[in-house]
Amino acid sequence: MTQDSKVQLMLPKGEELLLSPSPHIHDKESIQSIMLKVVLAMLPVVAAGVYFFGLDALRVIGWCVFFCVGLEMVWCFFAGKPVLGTVKDGSTLVTGILLALNLSAATSWWVCLLGGILAIWLGKQVFGGLGQNPFNPAAVARVGLLIALPRELTTWVPARGMTADLNSYSKAFYTTPDFTRLQEAGQVVDGMTCATPLSLAQTTTKVLGHGEQAAYNFAEIANPEAYWQYFLGNMGGCLGETSALAILAGGVMLLAMKLIRWQIPVFYIGTVALFSGLVNLLWPGVTPPPLFHLLTGGLMLAAFFMATDMVTSPITPKGAAIFAVMLGIMTCVIRIWGGFPEGVSFSILLMNALVPLIEKIAAIKPFGFRKAAAVKGGA
Amino acid sequence: MGSTIFLSAVVLIGIGLILGAAIGVVYKFFEVPVDPRVELLLELLPGVNCGGCGRAGCADFARALIGGEAAPAKCPVASQEVVAQLAQVLGVEIGRAAKQVAVILCGGDLTHAKGQMLYNGVDDCISASQVAGGPKGCRYGCLGMGSCARACPFEAIGIVNGLAVVHNEYCVGCGKCVDVCPRGLVKLVPVDAKVHIYCKSPEKAPAKMKVCDIPCIGCRKCVKAADEGQFTVNGFLVEVNYGDYPRPDVIEKAKCPKNCLQTCRGHEEFEYGKSIGESA
Amino acid sequence: MKPLKIKIVSFKKGVHPRDDGKSLSRSSAIRTAPLLERYQVIVGQNIGLPPRVVVKAGEEVKKGQLLAEPSGFVSAALHSPTSGKIEGIIDIPGPMGIPAEAISILADGKDEWGELPPPLDWQTVSGETLKARIQECGIVGMGGAAFPSHVKLSPPPEKKVDCMIINGAECEPYLTADHRVMLEETEKVLLGAAILGKAAGVKNTVVAIEVNKADAIEALLARSGEYRVGVVGMKVQYPQGAEKQLIYAVTGRKVPTGGLPADVGCIVQNVGTAVAVADAVTGGVPLIERVTTITGEPVVTPGNWRLKVGTPVVEALKLAGGVKRDPGKLILGGPMMGFAQRSTDVPVMKNTSGILLLDKAAISQYQASPCIRCGRCVDGCAMQLLPSPLSCMIEADRFQDAYENNVMDCIECGSCSFACPARRPIVQQIRRAKAEIRNSLNHKKK
Repeated sequence: MTQDSKVQLMLPKGEELLLSPSPHIHDKESIQSIMLKVVLAMLPVVAAGVYFFGLDALRVIGWCVFFCVGLEMVWCFFAGKPVLGTVKDGSTLVTGILLALNLSAATSWWVCLLGGILAIWLGKQVFGGLGQNPFNPAAVARVGLLIALPRELTTWVPARGMTADLNSYSKAFYTTPDFTRLQEAGQVVDGMTCATPLSLAQTTTKVLGHGEQAAYNFAEIANPEAYWQYFLGNMGGCLGETSALAILAGGVMLLAMKLIRWQIPVFYIGTVALFSGLVNLLWPGVTPPPLFHLLTGGLMLAAFFMATDMVTSPITPKGAAIFAVMLGIMTCVIRIWGGFPEGVSFSILLMNALVPLIEKIAAIKPFGFRKAAAVKGGA
Repeated sequence: MGSTIFLSAVVLIGIGLILGAAIGVVYKFFEVPVDPRVELLLELLPGVNCGGCGRAGCADFARALIGGEAAPAKCPVASQEVVAQLAQVLGVEIGRAAKQVAVILCGGDLTHAKGQMLYNGVDDCISASQVAGGPKGCRYGCLGMGSCARACPFEAIGIVNGLAVVHNEYCVGCGKCVDVCPRGLVKLVPVDAKVHIYCKSPEKAPAKMKVCDIPCIGCRKCVKAADEGQFTVNGFLVEVNYGDYPRPDVIEKAKCPKNCLQTCRGHEEFEYGKSIGESA
Repeated sequence: MKPLKIKIVSFKKGVHPRDDGKSLSRSSAIRTAPLLERYQVIVGQNIGLPPRVVVKAGEEVKKGQLLAEPSGFVSAALHSPTSGKIEGIIDIPGPMGIPAEAISILADGKDEWGELPPPLDWQTVSGETLKARIQECGIVGMGGAAFPSHVKLSPPPEKKVDCMIINGAECEPYLTADHRVMLEETEKVLLGAAILGKAAGVKNTVVAIEVNKADAIEALLARSGEYRVGVVGMKVQYPQGAEKQLIYAVTGRKVPTGGLPADVGCIVQNVGTAVAVADAVTGGVPLIERVTTITGEPVVTPGNWRLKVGTPVVEALKLAGGVKRDPGKLILGGPMMGFAQRSTDVPVMKNTSGILLLDKAAISQYQASPCIRCGRCVDGCAMQLLPSPLSCMIEADRFQDAYENNVMDCIECGSCSFACPARRPIVQQIRRAKAEIRNSLNHKKK
């Protein structure tokens, strides 16, 4: 055998060997593949947005992705970095889609541009780009826009099932004080805009106070039939946040591909349910029942796609749990007692700022850690 | 409306007055006496906190000066005039002034050092030397990853074609680069010693020639050209005796066959890209 | 595959390289390498003091004759791999990239044994006699660290040791040497385990194996009763065979940070070491050869070979039929913790468990890309550290912070770098920090 092989025995040439530290093999996963998987998990949500809000949703997503990617390239050009370098990893694509999912389907292109500037430049690049940003870029953009352009950001279009037939559920959207007020302000053009369940709930308490009357009115927007519609996504709101069903599908994909820590969605949603449930139990006139809080607004989207952002959430499982619980409490407090109907983006930004502190508290102990081991040297 | 503005102004001014008074009181009664000379010395000292004097920064050095624990000349950065001024403030002798600069004793840049390997990892000399001894063929040579350049607070070290080179006009001899070199190539030498042998490999000449074009091969031509004791021979390596260093004219006389005997100026300007004989 | 009837244990966390490359050489039986013309035995093979050379150039030596004697307690003897003439004591390319002193032996082709110490009846002689024999025969840890075995067997008297674990995890991808040894030399493994147990004076001796070596487990189970040695199965997870992780998996005891296995009453020895011990005690044979896996995709016929210590890697590669295409990397040891080599002239040492070649295309390059804090390194760290935050601190030269965050506890298993999607050289950063911190601690002591 050796005789035969000696004829064409080939041996490695020493000069071409690469010197590098161990380990010499790596997992297949790269930043790019992770980001593409996240985009994949977002597809059901995007599909639901297009289904409920029509091609307008696609238009908004297109603008957001276009501006985010473009602005990233512009920044890289002026910062002297390779222009395509950071676009290739796909993180900008994720930010762009996420930003669009946080906007109404009626958003005009220049709002998307502003959102892109806020997300990519202010939210990410000023801190040094991917991995350095303390705040979730999409949340920065959403909050920035909400404060700067409250009217544009709260002009909601009705979802597909709402204009078709005015059943008791969607009637509520058109007969509440909120709607009347919007009409007075000239914002409602022939049923082309509508309110979100959360803003209805807030207007209810503002107009009626925290009494029995409010509790009675809550039943109008918080009943099993309405829940079912909310779950499907048949309500006003951001194009990506309405359909809990689609978000759950995407969330299951994220969990199955091990892209997010399960602690964040579970503890976040759990805390919101417990907190709002407790408040509703004690003072039924203050806030609707917990299921209403879970299914409306941006909670689901945030729990699976926004709060779980790797860069801006704690790195340890314990930290993630603490982060999610505090996030839940903060979201409820803003929703129930705050000035804005929705508190998800605000609470994410606030908690992002606390991540370094949480990581200090939730630091894991090394294997075999003992207090006495702090004694230097060992053996 | 007017009253609101008025009230705010009054409140703010009031707070300001009260806090100002408090600060004044604290300043007056809780003052820690500081030797006024510390301030004076700090103004004279370079203020870069390089640690070259062996103290934790200039303020610490100033205190040490006043305490008589250090001599003014211990500051490697300060010029002679500044040292004289320091001594004047303190009313002491200047102390032993031995101005030093750093020199990196290797000439093996990418053109001249052979046996380069592909390397993939952290760009840092210690890290690179941990991976199979680093990418350079010579195990004693400069790795060229710039750990010394990063350590230098005066940006006096540059990486030229994969070789760390000290720019003498910026080097103050603080010695920060000496410890970071995993190869121990950085040496602090008297500023007037202008001639160096840019090789520190104690290997046998044939082994050195295998990995480098310009090693010291121990031919002793320089030893013969110079006065007794100006060079020390150590096996296959000749070293400059920095206690009694040779004059620059030794280079002309010695005709080092490998061009590793150089002045620091010559080393800086040596066109390492060219083949031997064309320059120097 | 039918389920194994043994307990399966594991440590927590770690990574699982999916395509572990073991199938390349798993089914190839151990072959003994033919005699070569020249062997180059590196003098400083073991951790601790290098031994003192006792032969001179030109001297005739027999196979198994002492070449270098221990120069202290933490030092191991060296023996001649074959009979022949000492060519000289020369500098050759060492495994760490820097030249190493080696004894070059020109074989005379006879491969004659010299005088060997008499066989011992291990059941009747004392533990001290066994330890002396183990030291005499130059046995070191053959799993990777090359720590002299007799030192491990002699823990300080105040530490009560009650458990001897024979490490057959072989959690490194690609390597199959230990697997084949356990399968083909089952009896010697068990005998060596029993002897090691006796030498250390412990009651419980177990062989711990990852369950992807089911045939080896069955072979060991069939004979283990005779030697009163237990067999434990372990989940396939990297780094299951790291000392601290292995002890935790088998006994549930945690070696305290900065401590030694003896602190929790355990001693860990490699399977190859057990075989060498069995040979040394029952036959007086010193450690002059070992089973090494020669593998990797570019290798023509990957396999497991019994190589004499001192065989140049290039000769070993010839045995494996050379390479199909030019490889991009040569590694001594496994792909997770092995060392990249700059030359194929490096000789096999007592701890060379594998000679691995990787394809150019298969080499993933490290990049200095930023951390996206995905937490994969945290989930993979067997020591429960925070690798990525640590590497960020080290990048910023914040060594004090790194020290306070327990960087010194890192076992450099490479799980974090393996799992990192940004391909950050985390382990290398940590090694650098360890070197820097050790330096500054030494400075303080002075």
